[in-house]
Amino acid sequence: MTTSARNAAIERYAPWLLAAAIVVAWQAICGLLNVSEFIFPAPIAIARSLVQYAGPIAQHAWQTFWTTMAGFGIGVAVGLSLGVLIGGSRLVYRAFYPLLVAFNSIPKAAFVPILVVWFGIGSVPAVLTAFLICFFPIVVNVATGLATLEPELEDVLRSLGATRRDILFKVGLPRSLPYFFASLKVAITLAFVGAVVSETVASNEGIGYLMMSAGSSMRMPLVFAGLFVIGVMAMVMYELFAILERRMTGWAHRGAQSR
Amino acid sequence: MSVAAGGDAAAAPAFVDFRDVALAYEGHADFAVEDISLSIAAGEFVAIVGPSGCGKSTFMKLATGLKPPSRGEVDVAGARVSGPLKIVGMAFQAPTLLPWRTTLDNVLLPLEIVAPYRATFKRDREQFAARARALLATVGLAGYEDSYPWQLSGGMQQRASICRALVHEPRMLMLDEPFGALDAFTREELWCVLRDVWQARRFTVILVTHDLREAVFLADTVYVMSKRPGRIVARRAIDLPRPRDLEVTYTDAFTDIVHALRERIGLVRKS
Repeated sequence: MTTSARNAAIERYAPWLLAAAIVVAWQAICGLLNVSEFIFPAPIAIARSLVQYAGPIAQHAWQTFWTTMAGFGIGVAVGLSLGVLIGGSRLVYRAFYPLLVAFNSIPKAAFVPILVVWFGIGSVPAVLTAFLICFFPIVVNVATGLATLEPELEDVLRSLGATRRDILFKVGLPRSLPYFFASLKVAITLAFVGAVVSETVASNEGIGYLMMSAGSSMRMPLVFAGLFVIGVMAMVMYELFAILERRMTGWAHRGAQSR
Repeated sequence: MSVAAGGDAAAAPAFVDFRDVALAYEGHADFAVEDISLSIAAGEFVAIVGPSGCGKSTFMKLATGLKPPSRGEVDVAGARVSGPLKIVGMAFQAPTLLPWRTTLDNVLLPLEIVAPYRATFKRDREQFAARARALLATVGLAGYEDSYPWQLSGGMQQRASICRALVHEPRMLMLDEPFGALDAFTREELWCVLRDVWQARRFTVILVTHDLREAVFLADTVYVMSKRPGRIVARRAIDLPRPRDLEVTYTDAFTDIVHALRERIGLVRKS
């Protein structure tokens, strides 16, 4: 194995090695200091409860997953349309942008009580919270992609008799795709945050609820197992969108490829 | 040198006709260009030169209908200009190719948009693609049809950009400092490419440039614009015989014309 090949291998496995090292250190510290399982459970205890409660965890994980994805789906639809609207017209941009920024700075957890009053306890507040928290980055990115169209290119197209629709579909949207996919990665992780936050206070289902109820009965390993499951789900979805992004908009990342 | 701008309107009906045109941009009290009167014959190659910021690009926007004049009238092809013209091809200093399209697809873009081609684009795609390939070959880009713009050099991108401006066979070609960002050798190479395409097809060309050698080598007529507010202060017919070879740029006749124009611009800058 050449030096550069070995370096490449190390670089490839580095994240796994680091994760393993943290788990080992964590286990060692908990064991050596004799930390109580009710305060800070060791990895082995967490793994044990993952296996023991695999059935219920899977059920709650599925609930969290579909509410997140439903909220994310609405977020993509609304974010994309609003982004096109805002990026396509200066007037709409001027009118909407300050309001959107104001809306975005409100902590979305504050909406949950309102949503509960309107829709009751259950899946609907989780879906809506996921949606509310995740659509903003999509709007901003799509609008930016559309608004930064080169004026010369617009002149070329207009002198060909292009309609606004032509410009949007031939140039604007393809051009903003890299921005759009970049925002999807951010949005999907935010959607998980929204769904779980809502479940902790306003649901009888989902990982958020599971963690809340396990915490109140002092089953800390199960709480941590919940954290672990959310982390894995969010990471898998993030990676999925990262792959999709590279597939769809390879032309925008050529620098990274040729390196 | 005749100073009367557009004084000798040709006997043939003018293809582009500016009559006392002025334009002030929104929010500006002063004019960007004013008192522009000139006539360009069909198939004529015109160059507009002047100090930077003199309103050369504004002139282009007026001639293509992208901006309506604040005063005066612009006629193109016998009709009053009242909106963006569809018989125009444009190329700029920046090639503005679309990075997600291959060179061929970039050149085909106008055919997807401009009437009457857009109606039959899907059906006649093969035929259009053949036309685009032929055009790319004439500018020396054969074999690069399936490359992406970022795989091409600056000069090659600019060639593709000119093909995109010509593929729908416009009657008028607008070039806004198209070779400004290229090195000297590539620039002279592209002068010859443009000369050959123009001689083969004889569309009307308006070339905006600040390179006097470029203007004199390529154009039939050179107009000199004053600094802002831009006016046409001189018109010079270039009577060097055609076809012109790059060698002509080293002759005394050529140098004398460039020199005379240079002096004109010097006066403009000082005034």
